[in-house]
Amino acid sequence: MTFDVARIRKDFPILERTVRDGQPLIYLDSANTSQKPRQVLDALADFYERHNANIHRATHQLGEEATAAYEGARATVAGFIGAAEPAEVVFTKNISEGINLVAYSMSNASAMGSGGRFALGPGDEIVITEMEHHSNIVPWQLLCQRTGATLRWFRVTPEGRLDTSDIDALITERTKLVALAHQSNVLGTINPVRAIADRAHAAGALVLVDAAQSVPHMPVDVAALGADFLGFTGHKMCGPTGIGVLWGRRELLEEMPPFLGGGEMIEDVRMEWSTFAPPPHKFEAGTMPIAEAPTLAAAIGYLGEVGLPALQEYEHGLISHALEALSEIGALRILGPAEPVDRGAAISFTVEGVHPHDMSQVLDEHGIAVRAGHHCAWPLHRAMGVQASTRASFYLYNTHEEVDALAGGIREAQRFFGVRGG
Amino acid sequence: MRLESLYQEIILDHYRHPHHAGLREPFDAEVRHVNPVCGDEVTLRVTLKDSDAGPVVADISYDALGCSISQASASVLSDLVIGRPVSEGMRLHDEFLALMQSQGEGEPDEDVLGDAVAFAGVSKYPARIKCALLAWMAWKDATAQAMGAHERA
Repeated sequence: MTFDVARIRKDFPILERTVRDGQPLIYLDSANTSQKPRQVLDALADFYERHNANIHRATHQLGEEATAAYEGARATVAGFIGAAEPAEVVFTKNISEGINLVAYSMSNASAMGSGGRFALGPGDEIVITEMEHHSNIVPWQLLCQRTGATLRWFRVTPEGRLDTSDIDALITERTKLVALAHQSNVLGTINPVRAIADRAHAAGALVLVDAAQSVPHMPVDVAALGADFLGFTGHKMCGPTGIGVLWGRRELLEEMPPFLGGGEMIEDVRMEWSTFAPPPHKFEAGTMPIAEAPTLAAAIGYLGEVGLPALQEYEHGLISHALEALSEIGALRILGPAEPVDRGAAISFTVEGVHPHDMSQVLDEHGIAVRAGHHCAWPLHRAMGVQASTRASFYLYNTHEEVDALAGGIREAQRFFGVRGG
Repeated sequence: MRLESLYQEIILDHYRHPHHAGLREPFDAEVRHVNPVCGDEVTLRVTLKDSDAGPVVADISYDALGCSISQASASVLSDLVIGRPVSEGMRLHDEFLALMQSQGEGEPDEDVLGDAVAFAGVSKYPARIKCALLAWMAWKDATAQAMGAHERA
Protein backbone atom coordinates (compact mmCIF):
# COMPACT_ATOMS: atom_id res chain seq x y z
CA MET A 1 0.00 0.00 0.00
CA THR A 2 1.37 3.40 -0.94
CA PHE A 3 1.54 6.14 1.61
CA ASP A 4 -1.21 8.64 0.82
CA VAL A 5 -0.86 11.66 3.10
CA ALA A 6 -3.94 13.38 1.69
CA ARG A 7 -6.07 10.38 2.63
CA ILE A 8 -4.43 10.13 6.05
CA ARG A 9 -5.10 13.81 6.76
CA LYS A 10 -8.81 13.20 6.23
CA ASP A 11 -8.75 10.83 9.21
CA PHE A 12 -7.74 13.66 11.57
CA PRO A 13 -10.70 15.98 12.21
CA ILE A 14 -8.59 18.59 14.03
CA LEU A 15 -6.58 19.27 10.86
CA GLU A 16 -9.72 20.79 9.36
CA ARG A 17 -9.91 23.60 11.88
CA THR A 18 -8.28 26.99 11.59
CA VAL A 19 -6.32 28.95 14.16
CA ARG A 20 -5.39 32.60 14.78
CA ASP A 21 -8.01 34.23 12.60
CA GLY A 22 -8.79 31.68 9.95
CA GLN A 23 -5.39 30.24 9.11
CA PRO A 24 -5.03 26.53 8.45
CA LEU A 25 -3.47 24.64 11.34
CA ILE A 26 0.09 23.48 10.67
CA TYR A 27 0.72 21.15 13.56
CA LEU A 28 4.43 20.51 14.08
CA ASP A 29 4.32 19.54 17.74
CA SER A 30 3.66 15.81 17.58
CA ALA A 31 6.70 14.91 19.70
CA ASN A 32 4.84 16.78 22.43
CA THR A 33 1.53 15.08 21.76
CA SER A 34 0.11 13.71 18.52
CA GLN A 35 -3.30 14.38 17.03
CA LYS A 36 -5.92 11.61 16.97
CA PRO A 37 -7.62 10.02 13.98
CA ARG A 38 -11.39 9.51 13.80
CA GLN A 39 -10.90 5.75 14.27
CA VAL A 40 -9.32 6.36 17.69
CA LEU A 41 -11.90 8.95 18.74
CA ASP A 42 -14.65 6.51 17.75
CA ALA A 43 -13.06 3.72 19.80
CA LEU A 44 -13.13 5.88 22.92
CA ALA A 45 -16.77 6.85 22.38
CA ASP A 46 -17.71 3.27 21.56
CA PHE A 47 -16.29 1.98 24.84
CA TYR A 48 -18.18 4.52 26.90
CA GLU A 49 -21.37 4.23 24.87
CA ARG A 50 -21.55 0.43 24.78
CA HIS A 51 -19.18 -1.39 27.14
CA ASN A 52 -18.41 0.84 30.10
CA ALA A 53 -17.91 -1.02 33.40
CA ASN A 54 -15.11 -1.64 35.86
CA ILE A 55 -12.83 -4.53 35.04
CA HIS A 56 -11.82 -7.81 36.68
CA ARG A 57 -14.47 -7.54 39.40
CA ALA A 58 -17.88 -6.92 37.84
CA THR A 59 -19.93 -10.10 37.52
CA HIS A 60 -22.17 -8.86 34.76
CA GLN A 61 -22.07 -8.73 30.99
CA LEU A 62 -20.72 -5.19 30.72
CA GLY A 63 -17.98 -6.08 33.19
CA GLU A 64 -17.03 -9.06 31.04
CA GLU A 65 -16.97 -6.92 27.91
CA ALA A 66 -14.92 -4.17 29.55
CA THR A 67 -12.44 -6.72 30.91
CA ALA A 68 -12.16 -8.35 27.50
CA ALA A 69 -11.53 -4.95 25.87
CA TYR A 70 -8.88 -4.05 28.45
CA GLU A 71 -7.07 -7.38 28.37
CA GLY A 72 -7.45 -7.54 24.59
CA ALA A 73 -5.61 -4.21 24.42
CA ARG A 74 -2.81 -5.72 26.48
CA ALA A 75 -2.46 -8.52 23.95
CA THR A 76 -2.49 -5.98 21.10
CA VAL A 77 0.33 -4.02 22.75
CA ALA A 78 2.30 -7.20 23.36
CA GLY A 79 2.07 -8.16 19.70
CA PHE A 80 2.95 -4.62 18.62
CA ILE A 81 6.31 -4.55 20.43
CA GLY A 82 7.21 -8.22 20.19
CA ALA A 83 6.64 -9.08 23.87
CA ALA A 84 6.84 -12.78 24.71
CA GLU A 85 3.38 -12.68 26.32
CA PRO A 86 0.69 -10.15 27.29
CA ALA A 87 1.59 -10.53 31.00
CA GLU A 88 4.81 -8.64 30.26
CA VAL A 89 2.81 -5.52 29.45
CA VAL A 90 1.97 -3.26 32.40
CA PHE A 91 -0.38 -0.35 31.81
CA THR A 92 0.68 2.89 33.46
CA LYS A 93 -0.49 6.50 33.39
CA ASN A 94 2.36 7.49 31.06
CA ILE A 95 6.02 6.68 30.58
CA SER A 96 7.08 8.86 33.51
CA GLU A 97 5.06 6.57 35.75
CA GLY A 98 6.57 3.52 34.04
CA ILE A 99 10.12 4.70 34.76
CA ASN A 100 9.16 5.64 38.32
CA LEU A 101 7.64 2.18 38.73
CA VAL A 102 11.03 0.58 38.08
CA ALA A 103 12.91 3.14 40.18
CA TYR A 104 10.56 2.83 43.17
CA SER A 105 10.46 -0.93 42.90
CA MET A 106 14.25 -0.86 43.12
CA SER A 107 14.22 1.33 46.21
CA ASN A 108 11.55 -0.86 47.76
CA ALA A 109 13.79 -3.86 47.14
CA SER A 110 16.65 -1.93 48.74
CA ALA A 111 14.60 -0.90 51.78
CA MET A 112 13.18 -4.40 52.31
CA GLY A 113 16.71 -5.75 52.49
CA SER A 114 15.72 -8.62 50.26
CA GLY A 115 18.93 -8.32 48.27
CA GLY A 116 18.94 -9.53 44.69
CA ARG A 117 19.48 -7.67 41.47
CA PHE A 118 17.01 -4.88 42.31
CA ALA A 119 18.50 -3.87 45.67
CA LEU A 120 20.80 -0.86 45.50
CA GLY A 121 23.24 0.66 47.94
CA PRO A 122 26.43 2.71 48.14
CA GLY A 123 28.89 1.52 45.53
CA ASP A 124 26.17 0.57 43.05
CA GLU A 125 25.70 2.69 39.96
CA ILE A 126 22.91 3.73 37.61
CA VAL A 127 24.00 4.91 34.16
CA ILE A 128 21.92 7.32 32.06
CA THR A 129 22.75 9.79 29.28
CA GLU A 130 22.96 13.54 28.97
CA MET A 131 20.32 13.55 26.24
CA GLU A 132 17.53 12.14 28.39
CA HIS A 133 14.15 13.72 28.96
CA HIS A 134 13.77 14.83 32.59
CA SER A 135 11.50 11.80 33.10
CA ASN A 136 14.52 9.54 32.57
CA ILE A 137 16.82 11.63 34.78
CA VAL A 138 14.91 12.76 37.86
CA PRO A 139 13.55 9.33 38.96
CA TRP A 140 17.13 7.99 38.94
CA GLN A 141 18.49 10.99 40.82
CA LEU A 142 15.83 10.43 43.47
CA LEU A 143 16.55 6.69 43.56
CA CYS A 144 20.26 7.36 44.09
CA GLN A 145 19.44 9.83 46.87
CA ARG A 146 17.27 7.25 48.60
CA THR A 147 19.72 4.38 48.32
CA GLY A 148 23.17 5.97 48.30
CA ALA A 149 23.88 4.64 44.82
CA THR A 150 25.77 6.79 42.30
CA LEU A 151 24.38 8.26 39.10
CA ARG A 152 26.68 8.37 36.04
CA TRP A 153 26.00 9.35 32.46
CA PHE A 154 27.11 9.24 28.85
CA ARG A 155 27.91 12.66 27.36
CA VAL A 156 26.76 13.90 23.96
CA THR A 157 29.06 14.95 21.15
CA PRO A 158 28.83 18.45 19.64
CA GLU A 159 27.02 16.82 16.69
CA GLY A 160 24.34 15.54 19.04
CA ARG A 161 25.27 11.87 19.03
CA LEU A 162 25.82 9.79 22.12
CA ASP A 163 29.51 9.77 23.05
CA THR A 164 30.18 6.10 23.70
CA SER A 165 33.97 6.43 23.73
CA ASP A 166 34.08 5.94 27.52
CA ILE A 167 31.59 3.08 27.63
CA ASP A 168 34.06 0.71 29.27
CA ALA A 169 34.68 3.16 32.09
CA LEU A 170 30.98 3.92 32.51
CA ILE A 171 29.47 0.45 32.41
CA THR A 172 31.24 -1.76 34.93
CA GLU A 173 30.44 -4.53 37.36
CA ARG A 174 29.11 -1.76 39.67
CA THR A 175 26.40 -0.85 37.16
CA LYS A 176 22.95 -2.09 38.17
CA LEU A 177 20.91 -0.50 35.42
CA VAL A 178 21.44 1.50 32.23
CA ALA A 179 18.52 3.76 31.23
CA LEU A 180 18.54 5.53 27.89
CA ALA A 181 16.32 7.00 25.22
CA HIS A 182 15.83 5.11 21.99
CA GLN A 183 15.34 8.43 20.21
CA SER A 184 16.11 11.90 21.62
CA ASN A 185 13.03 14.09 21.93
CA VAL A 186 15.15 17.15 21.14
CA LEU A 187 17.84 16.09 18.68
CA GLY A 188 15.98 13.33 16.90
CA THR A 189 19.09 11.19 17.36
CA ILE A 190 18.43 7.45 17.34
CA ASN A 191 20.77 5.79 19.81
CA PRO A 192 22.65 2.50 19.33
CA VAL A 193 20.57 0.79 22.00
CA ARG A 194 21.51 -2.76 21.03
CA ALA A 195 25.26 -2.19 21.31
CA ILE A 196 24.90 -0.48 24.68
CA ALA A 197 22.49 -3.15 25.92
CA ASP A 198 24.95 -5.91 24.97
CA ARG A 199 27.70 -4.14 26.90
CA ALA A 200 25.38 -3.63 29.89
CA HIS A 201 24.31 -7.27 29.91
CA ALA A 202 27.92 -8.41 29.73
CA ALA A 203 28.52 -6.40 32.90
CA GLY A 204 25.43 -7.92 34.56
CA ALA A 205 23.34 -4.75 34.38
CA LEU A 206 19.72 -4.32 33.33
CA VAL A 207 18.63 -2.04 30.49
CA LEU A 208 15.63 0.29 30.46
CA VAL A 209 14.71 1.93 27.16
CA ASP A 210 12.67 5.14 26.95
CA ALA A 211 10.89 4.54 23.67
CA ALA A 212 8.39 7.39 23.92
CA GLN A 213 9.78 9.00 20.75
CA SER A 214 10.50 5.86 18.76
CA VAL A 215 7.48 3.58 19.18
CA PRO A 216 5.13 6.06 17.43
CA HIS A 217 7.42 6.31 14.41
CA MET A 218 9.12 3.00 13.65
CA PRO A 219 8.75 -0.71 14.20
CA VAL A 220 10.16 -1.49 17.64
CA ASP A 221 10.90 -5.00 18.85
CA VAL A 222 11.88 -5.36 22.49
CA ALA A 223 13.88 -8.52 21.90
CA ALA A 224 15.80 -7.11 18.94
CA LEU A 225 16.70 -4.03 20.99
CA GLY A 226 17.99 -6.15 23.85
CA ALA A 227 15.87 -4.30 26.39
CA ASP A 228 14.88 -5.56 29.83
CA PHE A 229 12.34 -2.78 30.30
CA LEU A 230 10.83 -0.52 27.67
CA GLY A 231 8.35 2.28 28.19
CA PHE A 232 6.22 4.50 25.98
CA THR A 233 3.12 6.62 26.17
CA GLY A 234 -0.16 6.45 24.30
CA HIS A 235 -0.75 10.08 23.48
CA LYS A 236 2.31 10.47 21.25
CA MET A 237 1.19 7.63 18.96
CA CYS A 238 -2.32 8.73 17.93
CA GLY A 239 -3.69 7.31 21.18
CA PRO A 240 -5.30 8.90 24.22
CA THR A 241 -3.67 10.68 27.13
CA GLY A 242 -3.72 8.95 30.50
CA ILE A 243 -2.29 5.62 29.43
CA GLY A 244 1.25 4.42 28.94
CA VAL A 245 3.03 1.11 28.80
CA LEU A 246 5.88 -0.40 30.72
CA TRP A 247 7.05 -3.64 29.20
CA GLY A 248 9.35 -5.80 31.29
CA ARG A 249 10.71 -9.32 30.96
CA ARG A 250 8.44 -11.71 32.84
CA GLU A 251 11.08 -13.07 35.24
CA LEU A 252 12.02 -9.51 36.24
CA LEU A 253 8.44 -8.42 36.84
CA GLU A 254 7.97 -11.58 38.94
CA GLU A 255 10.95 -10.74 41.10
CA MET A 256 10.31 -7.02 41.57
CA PRO A 257 8.46 -5.74 44.63
CA PRO A 258 5.33 -3.65 43.91
CA PHE A 259 5.39 0.10 43.39
CA LEU A 260 1.87 1.36 44.19
CA GLY A 261 -0.21 -0.59 46.67
CA GLY A 262 -3.99 -0.77 46.55
CA GLY A 263 -6.95 -2.58 45.11
CA GLU A 264 -6.58 -5.15 42.34
CA MET A 265 -2.82 -5.66 42.85
CA ILE A 266 -3.16 -8.12 45.74
CA GLU A 267 -3.53 -11.86 46.20
CA ASP A 268 -4.42 -11.85 49.90
CA VAL A 269 -4.66 -9.05 52.45
CA ARG A 270 -4.56 -9.51 56.23
CA MET A 271 -4.23 -6.72 58.74
CA GLU A 272 -0.61 -7.77 59.30
CA TRP A 273 0.56 -8.42 55.76
CA SER A 274 -0.40 -8.84 52.11
CA THR A 275 0.67 -10.99 49.24
CA PHE A 276 0.51 -9.80 45.68
CA ALA A 277 -1.02 -10.75 42.38
CA PRO A 278 1.31 -12.02 39.65
CA PRO A 279 2.43 -9.54 37.00
CA PRO A 280 1.12 -7.50 35.33
CA HIS A 281 -1.65 -6.98 37.92
CA LYS A 282 0.88 -6.61 40.73
CA PHE A 283 1.74 -3.24 39.19
CA GLU A 284 -1.77 -2.06 38.39
CA ALA A 285 -3.20 -0.75 41.65
CA GLY A 286 -6.61 0.88 41.72
CA THR A 287 -8.96 1.53 38.83
CA MET A 288 -6.86 1.82 35.71
CA PRO A 289 -7.40 3.96 32.59
CA ILE A 290 -9.90 1.39 31.34
CA ALA A 291 -11.42 3.12 28.31
CA GLU A 292 -7.98 4.33 27.27
CA ALA A 293 -6.66 0.77 26.85
CA PRO A 294 -8.90 -0.28 23.92
CA THR A 295 -8.48 3.26 22.55
CA LEU A 296 -4.72 2.75 22.57
CA ALA A 297 -5.29 -0.59 20.85
CA ALA A 298 -7.28 1.27 18.18
CA ALA A 299 -4.32 3.62 17.68
CA ILE A 300 -2.01 0.63 17.27
CA GLY A 301 -4.48 -0.81 14.78
CA TYR A 302 -4.52 2.47 12.90
CA LEU A 303 -0.72 2.66 12.73
CA GLY A 304 -0.69 -0.97 11.63
CA GLU A 305 -3.04 -0.22 8.75
CA VAL A 306 -0.94 2.73 7.64
CA GLY A 307 2.13 0.56 8.06
CA LEU A 308 5.01 1.67 10.27
CA PRO A 309 7.73 0.95 7.67
CA ALA A 310 5.88 3.14 5.14
CA LEU A 311 5.31 5.80 7.79
CA GLN A 312 8.99 5.75 8.73
CA GLU A 313 10.03 6.12 5.11
CA TYR A 314 7.63 9.02 4.61
CA GLU A 315 8.88 10.80 7.74
CA HIS A 316 12.45 10.25 6.57
CA GLY A 317 11.54 12.26 3.48
CA LEU A 318 10.05 15.02 5.63
CA ILE A 319 13.06 15.31 7.93
CA SER A 320 15.47 15.21 4.98
CA HIS A 321 13.51 18.07 3.44
CA ALA A 322 13.42 19.99 6.74
CA LEU A 323 17.17 19.59 7.34
CA GLU A 324 17.84 20.90 3.85
CA ALA A 325 15.36 23.80 4.05
CA LEU A 326 16.51 24.95 7.48
CA SER A 327 20.22 24.64 6.72
CA GLU A 328 19.70 27.19 3.93
CA ILE A 329 18.55 29.80 6.46
CA GLY A 330 21.30 32.13 7.67
CA ALA A 331 22.11 32.48 11.38
CA LEU A 332 20.22 29.25 12.11
CA ARG A 333 21.82 26.39 14.03
CA ILE A 334 20.32 22.93 13.92
CA LEU A 335 20.83 21.01 17.16
CA GLY A 336 21.56 17.40 16.46
CA PRO A 337 22.70 15.45 13.44
CA ALA A 338 22.73 17.50 10.22
CA GLU A 339 22.34 14.34 8.10
CA PRO A 340 19.13 12.31 8.08
CA VAL A 341 20.94 9.18 9.25
CA ASP A 342 19.84 7.41 12.45
CA ARG A 343 17.64 10.41 12.98
CA GLY A 344 13.93 10.72 13.61
CA ALA A 345 11.53 13.39 12.44
CA ALA A 346 12.11 16.09 15.06
CA ILE A 347 14.29 19.12 14.42
CA SER A 348 15.36 21.59 17.08
CA PHE A 349 17.10 24.81 16.21
CA THR A 350 18.20 28.20 17.41
CA VAL A 351 18.26 31.43 15.43
CA GLU A 352 20.68 34.17 16.35
CA GLY A 353 18.86 37.21 17.67
CA VAL A 354 15.43 35.55 17.94
CA HIS A 355 14.74 33.78 21.21
CA PRO A 356 12.87 30.46 20.78
CA HIS A 357 9.87 31.85 22.64
CA ASP A 358 9.67 34.76 20.22
CA MET A 359 10.24 32.41 17.28
CA SER A 360 7.34 30.18 18.30
CA GLN A 361 5.15 33.25 18.81
CA VAL A 362 5.76 34.44 15.24
CA LEU A 363 5.22 30.92 13.88
CA ASP A 364 1.98 30.64 15.86
CA GLU A 365 0.87 33.88 14.27
CA HIS A 366 1.11 31.99 10.97
CA GLY A 367 -0.81 29.00 12.30
CA ILE A 368 2.34 26.93 12.82
CA ALA A 369 2.38 25.10 16.16
CA VAL A 370 5.87 24.24 17.45
CA ARG A 371 7.40 23.93 20.89
CA ALA A 372 9.86 26.38 22.42
CA GLY A 373 11.98 26.01 25.53
CA HIS A 374 14.18 23.21 26.83
CA HIS A 375 11.64 20.46 25.99
CA CYS A 376 12.13 18.82 29.40
CA ALA A 377 15.80 18.25 28.53
CA TRP A 378 17.59 21.04 30.34
CA PRO A 379 20.90 19.17 30.84
CA LEU A 380 21.01 18.42 27.11
CA HIS A 381 20.50 22.07 26.23
CA ARG A 382 23.28 23.07 28.62
CA ALA A 383 25.52 20.42 27.04
CA MET A 384 24.76 21.84 23.59
CA GLY A 385 25.60 25.31 24.88
CA VAL A 386 22.15 26.80 24.39
CA GLN A 387 19.57 28.03 26.85
CA ALA A 388 16.54 26.95 24.84
CA SER A 389 15.51 25.94 21.34
CA THR A 390 12.55 25.80 19.00
CA ARG A 391 11.43 22.31 17.99
CA ALA A 392 9.39 21.26 14.99
CA SER A 393 8.35 17.61 15.10
CA PHE A 394 6.65 15.78 12.27
CA TYR A 395 4.24 12.90 12.05
CA LEU A 396 2.37 10.94 9.43
CA TYR A 397 -0.12 13.74 8.70
CA ASN A 398 2.46 16.44 7.94
CA THR A 399 3.26 17.47 4.39
CA HIS A 400 6.20 18.82 2.45
CA GLU A 401 4.25 22.07 2.00
CA GLU A 402 4.20 22.40 5.78
CA VAL A 403 7.99 22.02 5.89
CA ASP A 404 8.23 24.92 3.43
CA ALA A 405 5.78 26.94 5.52
CA LEU A 406 8.02 26.38 8.55
CA ALA A 407 11.06 27.68 6.67
CA GLY A 408 9.03 30.68 5.50
CA GLY A 409 7.82 31.37 9.03
CA ILE A 410 11.38 31.31 10.39
CA ARG A 411 12.45 33.87 7.77
CA GLU A 412 9.43 35.97 8.68
CA ALA A 413 10.53 35.95 12.33
CA GLN A 414 14.00 37.06 11.31
CA ARG A 415 12.49 39.95 9.35
CA PHE A 416 10.19 40.90 12.23
CA PHE A 417 13.02 41.05 14.74
CA GLY A 418 15.34 42.75 12.27
CA VAL A 419 17.83 39.90 12.20
CA ARG A 420 19.82 39.19 9.07
CA GLY A 421 19.01 35.71 7.81
CA GLY A 422 19.29 34.37 4.31
CA MET B 1 -1.82 42.57 13.13
CA ARG B 2 -1.61 40.84 16.49
CA LEU B 3 2.16 40.48 16.49
CA GLU B 4 2.61 44.25 16.57
CA SER B 5 0.18 44.54 19.47
CA LEU B 6 2.24 42.00 21.42
CA TYR B 7 5.66 43.23 20.38
CA GLN B 8 5.18 46.97 20.68
CA GLU B 9 8.10 49.08 19.48
CA ILE B 10 8.83 50.11 23.08
CA ILE B 11 9.33 46.45 24.00
CA LEU B 12 11.63 45.79 21.04
CA ASP B 13 13.64 48.94 21.89
CA HIS B 14 14.17 47.82 25.46
CA TYR B 15 15.03 44.31 24.23
CA ARG B 16 17.69 45.58 21.82
CA HIS B 17 19.05 48.21 24.20
CA PRO B 18 18.30 47.14 27.77
CA HIS B 19 18.67 49.78 30.49
CA HIS B 20 20.62 49.20 33.72
CA ALA B 21 21.73 45.75 32.53
CA GLY B 22 24.69 43.95 34.06
CA LEU B 23 25.48 43.03 37.65
CA ARG B 24 26.84 45.80 39.86
CA GLU B 25 28.41 46.11 43.32
CA PRO B 26 27.58 46.77 46.06
CA PHE B 27 24.23 45.16 46.62
CA ASP B 28 22.06 44.16 49.57
CA ALA B 29 20.45 41.07 48.09
CA GLU B 30 20.80 38.89 45.00
CA VAL B 31 18.30 36.34 43.69
CA ARG B 32 18.16 34.01 40.71
CA HIS B 33 14.76 33.24 39.29
CA VAL B 34 14.01 30.83 36.46
CA ASN B 35 10.98 30.10 34.38
CA PRO B 36 10.93 26.30 34.42
CA VAL B 37 8.66 26.23 31.38
CA CYS B 38 11.13 27.77 28.96
CA GLY B 39 14.40 28.01 30.87
CA ASP B 40 14.51 31.80 30.96
CA GLU B 41 16.53 33.05 33.89
CA VAL B 42 17.39 36.29 35.60
CA THR B 43 19.94 37.05 38.28
CA LEU B 44 18.93 40.31 39.94
CA ARG B 45 20.53 42.47 42.62
CA VAL B 46 18.90 45.16 44.71
CA THR B 47 20.58 47.96 46.62
CA LEU B 48 18.52 49.98 49.10
CA LYS B 49 19.27 53.25 50.90
CA ASP B 50 17.52 54.86 53.83
CA SER B 51 15.55 58.07 53.51
CA ASP B 52 13.07 60.03 55.60
CA ALA B 53 10.29 58.34 53.62
CA GLY B 54 11.63 54.85 54.40
CA PRO B 55 13.87 52.65 52.28
CA VAL B 56 14.50 53.73 48.69
CA VAL B 57 15.65 51.57 45.77
CA ALA B 58 19.16 52.88 45.07
CA ASP B 59 19.96 50.39 42.30
CA ILE B 60 18.69 47.35 40.46
CA SER B 61 21.22 45.45 38.41
CA TYR B 62 20.58 42.23 36.56
CA ASP B 63 21.76 39.60 34.14
CA ALA B 64 18.83 38.28 32.12
CA LEU B 65 18.77 35.39 29.68
CA GLY B 66 15.53 35.00 27.85
CA CYS B 67 13.05 36.11 25.26
CA SER B 68 12.36 39.67 24.19
CA ILE B 69 9.43 39.99 26.58
CA SER B 70 11.36 38.90 29.66
CA GLN B 71 14.44 40.97 28.81
CA ALA B 72 12.46 44.09 27.99
CA SER B 73 10.46 43.67 31.17
CA ALA B 74 13.64 43.67 33.29
CA SER B 75 14.77 46.84 31.54
CA VAL B 76 11.44 48.63 32.03
CA LEU B 77 11.26 47.52 35.66
CA SER B 78 14.67 48.98 36.45
CA ASP B 79 13.77 52.26 34.71
CA LEU B 80 10.56 52.54 36.70
CA VAL B 81 11.68 51.49 40.13
CA ILE B 82 15.24 52.76 40.61
CA GLY B 83 15.14 55.89 42.75
CA ARG B 84 11.68 55.23 44.14
CA PRO B 85 10.70 54.32 47.70
CA VAL B 86 10.28 50.57 48.11
CA SER B 87 6.61 51.08 49.00
CA GLU B 88 5.99 52.77 45.63
CA GLY B 89 7.89 50.04 43.82
CA MET B 90 5.69 47.42 45.46
CA ARG B 91 2.59 49.33 44.33
CA LEU B 92 3.94 49.36 40.78
CA HIS B 93 4.57 45.61 41.08
CA ASP B 94 0.95 45.10 42.10
CA GLU B 95 -0.31 47.30 39.25
CA PHE B 96 1.80 45.43 36.72
CA LEU B 97 0.73 42.05 38.08
CA ALA B 98 -2.93 43.10 37.80
CA LEU B 99 -2.33 44.21 34.22
CA MET B 100 -0.75 40.84 33.35
CA GLN B 101 -3.72 39.02 34.87
CA SER B 102 -6.26 41.14 32.97
CA GLN B 103 -6.59 38.78 29.96
CA GLY B 104 -6.32 41.72 27.60
CA GLU B 105 -9.04 43.73 29.35
CA GLY B 106 -6.76 45.95 31.44
CA GLU B 107 -6.63 49.70 30.84
CA PRO B 108 -3.25 50.64 32.20
CA ASP B 109 -2.50 54.19 33.36
CA GLU B 110 0.59 55.41 31.53
CA ASP B 111 1.17 58.07 34.20
CA VAL B 112 1.64 55.24 36.70
CA LEU B 113 3.22 52.44 34.70
CA GLY B 114 5.20 54.38 32.10
CA ASP B 115 6.74 52.13 29.43
CA ALA B 116 5.28 49.10 31.22
CA VAL B 117 1.89 49.85 29.60
CA ALA B 118 3.41 48.42 26.41
CA PHE B 119 3.10 44.96 27.96
CA ALA B 120 -0.72 45.14 28.05
CA GLY B 121 -0.89 42.92 24.93
CA VAL B 122 1.10 40.19 26.68
CA SER B 123 -1.84 39.53 29.00
CA LYS B 124 -3.72 37.99 26.06
CA TYR B 125 -1.08 35.26 25.73
CA PRO B 126 -1.17 32.99 28.80
CA ALA B 127 2.11 31.31 27.86
CA ARG B 128 3.96 34.65 27.86
CA ILE B 129 2.72 36.23 31.10
CA LYS B 130 5.41 34.50 33.12
CA CYS B 131 8.03 35.97 30.79
CA ALA B 132 6.84 39.49 31.56
CA LEU B 133 6.63 38.82 35.30
CA LEU B 134 9.98 37.05 35.77
CA ALA B 135 12.05 40.16 36.61
CA TRP B 136 9.27 41.68 38.72
CA MET B 137 9.00 38.54 40.83
CA ALA B 138 12.77 38.49 41.21
CA TRP B 139 12.78 42.15 42.25
CA LYS B 140 10.07 41.61 44.84
CA ASP B 141 11.91 38.62 46.27
CA ALA B 142 15.30 40.39 46.34
CA THR B 143 13.78 43.50 47.90
CA ALA B 144 12.07 41.49 50.63
CA GLN B 145 15.42 39.86 51.41
CA ALA B 146 17.21 43.21 51.42
CA MET B 147 14.55 44.70 53.74
CA GLY B 148 14.97 41.74 56.07
CA ALA B 149 18.72 42.26 56.10
CA HIS B 150 18.21 45.98 56.83
CA GLU B 151 15.93 45.24 59.74
CA ARG B 152 18.37 42.77 61.24
CA ALA B 153 21.29 45.18 60.86
